[in-house]
Parts: sequence; structure tokens; C-alpha cells
Amino acid sequence: MSFEQVVFILVAAGTLGAALLVVTTRNLIHAALWLIAALFGVAILFVFLNAGFFGVVQIVIYIGAIAILMIFAIMLTRQISSEKSARFNKNWLWAFFISIIFFAGIAYILSLWPEFGTTKPILSAEIDPVKQLGVALVSPQAYLLAFELASVLLLAALIGAVIIAWEQR
Amino acid sequence: MGAEVRKTMIPISWFLIFAAALFSIGLFGVLSRKNAILILMGIELMLNAVNINLIAFWRYRDSLDISGQAFAVMVFAVAAAEVAVGLAIFISVYRRRGTISADEIDLLKW
Amino acid sequence: MPWNGHREITLQVNKADGNFSSAFCVLFRLNALRKFTGKKEYRTGEVPGENMTDPITWIANWLETILEGIGLPVGIMVLILTVLGVLIVVIFVLAIDIFLVWMERKVVARFQDRLGPNRVGPYGLIQPIADVIKLIIKEDTTPKGADVLIYNIAPVIALASVLIIWAVIPFTPTLVGAEVNIGVLFIVAFGGIGTLAIIMAGWSSNNKYALLGAFRTVAQVISYEIPMVIALLIPVIFAGTMSIQGIVNSQELWNIVIAPVAAAILLVSSIAEIGRTPFDLLEAESEIVAGFHIEYSGMKFGLFYAGELLHALTIGALFSTLFLGGWRGPFVEQIPVLGIFYLFGKAFLVYFLIMWIRYSLPRIRIDHMLNFNWKFLTPLALIALMVTAILDKLLTDFSNITYAVIMLVVNLVLIWAVIMVLRIYASGERKKVGELKPTANADAVLSTFGKDVSSAQETSGAST
Repeated sequence: MSFEQVVFILVAAGTLGAALLVVTTRNLIHAALWLIAALFGVAILFVFLNAGFFGVVQIVIYIGAIAILMIFAIMLTRQISSEKSARFNKNWLWAFFISIIFFAGIAYILSLWPEFGTTKPILSAEIDPVKQLGVALVSPQAYLLAFELASVLLLAALIGAVIIAWEQR
Repeated sequence: MGAEVRKTMIPISWFLIFAAALFSIGLFGVLSRKNAILILMGIELMLNAVNINLIAFWRYRDSLDISGQAFAVMVFAVAAAEVAVGLAIFISVYRRRGTISADEIDLLKW
Repeated sequence: MPWNGHREITLQVNKADGNFSSAFCVLFRLNALRKFTGKKEYRTGEVPGENMTDPITWIANWLETILEGIGLPVGIMVLILTVLGVLIVVIFVLAIDIFLVWMERKVVARFQDRLGPNRVGPYGLIQPIADVIKLIIKEDTTPKGADVLIYNIAPVIALASVLIIWAVIPFTPTLVGAEVNIGVLFIVAFGGIGTLAIIMAGWSSNNKYALLGAFRTVAQVISYEIPMVIALLIPVIFAGTMSIQGIVNSQELWNIVIAPVAAAILLVSSIAEIGRTPFDLLEAESEIVAGFHIEYSGMKFGLFYAGELLHALTIGALFSTLFLGGWRGPFVEQIPVLGIFYLFGKAFLVYFLIMWIRYSLPRIRIDHMLNFNWKFLTPLALIALMVTAILDKLLTDFSNITYAVIMLVVNLVLIWAVIMVLRIYASGERKKVGELKPTANADAVLSTFGKDVSSAQETSGAST
């Protein structure tokens, strides 16, 4: 067991544990904080995959913006009775079985893939993934259109969110 | 270290199984929780699992082809937009109905 | 762009990985590379760590040879050296934090025309230690109904999110905690984690004022992150890389000369980020009773307070790294250790400037503050970014001097344009408010009465 494998197993186990706590805990703010722990674990795994840029972007976007937005939304929509009411709706047993079957199905189908056990190839040192990504996102032959559409989507979301949550007096 | 060959022994299967597990936990959260914000948290977990898959495939297959990373960037943008609009809708619903539990909001305009 | 073309060997080795490692690990890789490839193109022109001009690298090499001699596996050795490096940086930064408490109190005293602490030790230098002892022996209360785990973790995260930024600031040409090629984004990310600590503190205190203070603080911090991030992008354009060591390496001419607008925006939005006057209504004692850390006493409050001061010094170090040249100074090529002194000298200078602003200006209201951000700083930052990017592309073929002069001139034109716009806006506001009304004077009041002068004088005397 190399050092890297041990660290990976610890991080992955921590993330999955935090994710389980997100979906089972009763207190909403605790669920949001466990979500932050799970997102942090995913950021660490991005660094394992030599995509350090994505690890940091994950922290900026998910933890620095989305999670805080969720915490604000939880605080603004608190119900006094939420502490005592049931956590799960009446179909939770079916949901549990569906999740287990789904996971088992995907794992089985993936294991049929012949390259399932490949180890990491060596990254060549000349290319810089960040620079490549930057060039790809603004070059017309690559992903410029997707980039511009994503920015239009974010603008629409910004305007939409402000208008929907506007207090009509 | 350095110029030597890095003997990393994590096969891609570990990342894929981890992503599948995270996705199923998110799926369980979406299907079984009552509070709408917790359903949104389940969706976020699923989107994160998808991102891990995309980046793992980028790294292990062909790290010169940048489309894996570009797709992951789009997933980030879409997730952020969806959370923003979703939470705005939840706050608006809370103002009108006084509750945000998915069980109780089951009738159209009353 | 003004990049002098030197290749940092550390950048090349670590670009492929993107993994985090400490100074010792980086230097270990330097040595490994030297042994395996025999490359000798270092910036200083000689192998680092050969003699005592670079004592830290020399110590790192010596430790590495000792640990290798013991026969440990490579992974454990790297781990030990990494942990040692992290511990040394953290202890160094926290020791300077203690010194900052003294500096803050002395400087505020001098600004307010008094002496400051001078009883405890010579010039009051032992005062911070007395403060720390006082905080430690205070009773550690937890309010009833508070969420105990979150309540205790919040100050730790607040301090940790500031300490972690020191991992990417380069101290000398060869000494940097973690050589990541995305250093600027790293700083933005961990600035955002501080917001989380504030929400956790505010919510878990089970106190309405704390929650209100936390909401206001978060609104301010995330609003001012936007011009800060945009202003951080401008040195990235100049250097062509997001790695902070790369940005320092490219500053033959300090960035503040070619981008003063960006420097000013970064300074102002960083002051708002850390919650210092004039943006300190987050802990306005007269308004919301100390904000989100009302319920914290003893050493937990000490952690918040130390975190705030350290954040101010971190902003100073960041500003001097990105705009004032970081570890650059005379003779730093031959004696790399001097870099630490230059960096901290500049950082303390910027910290003094932040304190100067703090103790001279009054607090601004929250709606003025948000207007200032969204209606002034963000458009200005965007315009500065666009202008800089366009000019950078147009001027790539020109020499360094022409580039610098044109950039400086364009920045001054931008500042002039901003002042003109502000003047027009201010005169519009003045017209709305109307002419200045004259203050009351005795003749005007007396002439309206016209009766018996003594009673008029009494009334006018009572009314003025």
C-alpha cells in the first residue's frame, strides 16, 4: 500500500462519510456543513488527479459561493417545526433500494470495461493544463461558443434569481 | 520524485467507484428527503460525482485532449446557475406557503 | 510583456504535478534533479544551498542528507521534511502576529497623541505577552443553546484560513511554501473560507446580534471579493502566469508603476475584506455590540483578534508581493536570505498604511459601502482590466520602457477620467440637495422680533 493509496482511501472514505451525513442528518445547518466537508474532499481528489486548477475552482465556487448561499437560504426559510418532523418522506425505503441497485449496476457495467484497471500515465512536463484550458475556452475552433453560452446562462440566472426573490409589495 | 517515474498505483477504477458511490448517495438524498434545500444538496453531490468522473477520464486516458476539462468547467457553471435560481424559487415559495417541505407543496395555485 | 525570460527550475519541475509540497520538498526535488540530470541553470547562477548566503536551503540539504543516511524510505522522509517546513512557517508567522499586537497599540496611541503601553517591559514590548496570558486565564464560556462543535471550530477556521495564505507567498528567490502554478486563485479560494468561519460563528452563538453581524459581514466580504479578484488579475496579465513566484520574477519594474489603478483597487477592497475602518461596521461597538464575535471570550476571542491582525499583515504581504516587487531589492540575487527582510519591510510598510487609514477616517454606512462597491469599484476594476488586457496585446512587441510608460500614462488618464466623472456626479448631487442654508445669526433673529430689545436678546441668546 503506497502512501498515495492510503491518503486516497482516507480522503475518499471521509468524503463518502460526509455525504452520508448530509443526506441523513436532522439539523439543516449541520447538513450544510457536512456538505462543505464533502466538497472539500472532492477538491482534494481533484488535486490527486493533477487538476489543481479544478481543486481550487471547486473551493472558490462550491464552498465560497454555493454552500454559503445554501446556508443563507436555510436561515431564511427556517421552520420552527423542522426539528421534530420526520427527516425522510414516506418513500425512503424505495429510495434506498434504488440507490443501492444503481450503484451496483454502474459498478458492474464499469468493471466490464477492459481498461478498468489502468494506472496513471505520466504527464508530460511541457504542457500546462491551465494554459491549455484557457486557450481552449477562447479559441473559435474549440469551446468559445460553449463559454459564451455559459456566461449568458449565468447572466440569466443572476437576473432571474434577483427577480424571483424580489419582495413584491 | 522529480525526473524519476512516479509509480502511482491508483487505478482508474478507484475513482470511478468512488464517483458512483457519491452519485448514489446524492440520488438517495434527492429521492428521500423532505426539505427542498436538502434535495438541492443531493443534486450538488451528484454534480460533483460527475465532475470527478470527467476529470478522472481526462487524466487517465488522454491528458492532451482538453475537452474533459472544458466539459467540467461547463458543469461548474451550470451547477452554480441552477443553485442560484433554485434557492430563489425556494425563498419565494416559502414566502407564499410558509413551508418548504416537498411533501406539503403538492397542490398548484390554491 | 515584460518577462525577462529566466526559467525557474522549480516551476519546471513542479508544473507537471500541481501537487502541494513544502519548501523542503521543493528543494529536495531541486537536488534530485541536479543529481539525475546535471542541469545547472539556476537563477542565482550557482547551486542554491552551497554556502551560507542561503542558510535555509543549506539547512534543508543537511537535514535531507542526515535522514537519507538513517535509511528511511523516501516517502517518510518527504513527509517529515514537509511537516517540518509547515511548522516552521506557521510558528514564524504566528510569532510575528504577536508582535503585531504591540505595533497596533503603539501606532494607534501615537496617532491619537498619546504614548501607548510603556509599562510592561521596555517600550511596552512585553505587553502582548501579558495580553495573551490575560486571555488564556479568562473563563471560557459557551452560551446556552449554542451549537458546541461549530462554536468551537469557528475561530480555528478563521485563523487557519489566514495562515494558509502564507503557504504561497515567496519569501526568497528559492524559498516558497508551495509552488503552485495557480497561486493567485489559491488566495481567492482561501479568502472565501474566512467567510464560512464568520457565518459559523454568528449562527452558533444563538444570539440575534451575532447573527445580524454575521449577515452584514458576509454581505460586505463577498461583495468586495469581486473588485479584489479583478484587481488580482492585472499582475497575472503582466506576468503571464498565476504562480506568485512567477509574478515576482517578472517584476523588473514594480507593478505599482505600471498599474496604479489596480493597486489602489486591490488595497481598498482588501481593507474592506478584512473589516477595518472605514469599513468596520461589522464590529461597530456602538451599533451592534461587536458583531459576530459577541459571545466569544477568552482565547477564542483572542484567535479572532489575532486572525484579524494577521489578515491585515497578510494583505500587506500580498500587496507587496504582487505590486511592490516582493522579495526584490538590492543584492538579493547573491544573498537570497535578504529577500525575507525586503518582503517583510514592504509588508510592514503597507500594514502601517492600512493602520494610518484606519485611524484617520470615520466609519461609513452600510448602504454607502455597498453603493461604493457595486457602482464605483466594480465598474472601475472591469474597465481597468479591459484596458490593461487590450494594451498588453497591442504592445507586446514594444520594449519594456515604452510598455511601462504607455501603461502608466493610460492609468493616469483613467484616474483623471474617474475624477471628472466623480466631479460631475458630485455637482449633480449638490444641486439635488440645494444650496447650503445659512446658519442662524443674531441679526437675522433680532430683526424678526423688532420688539423690546432685552427680551429679544434673551430669546435670541437662548436660541443661538
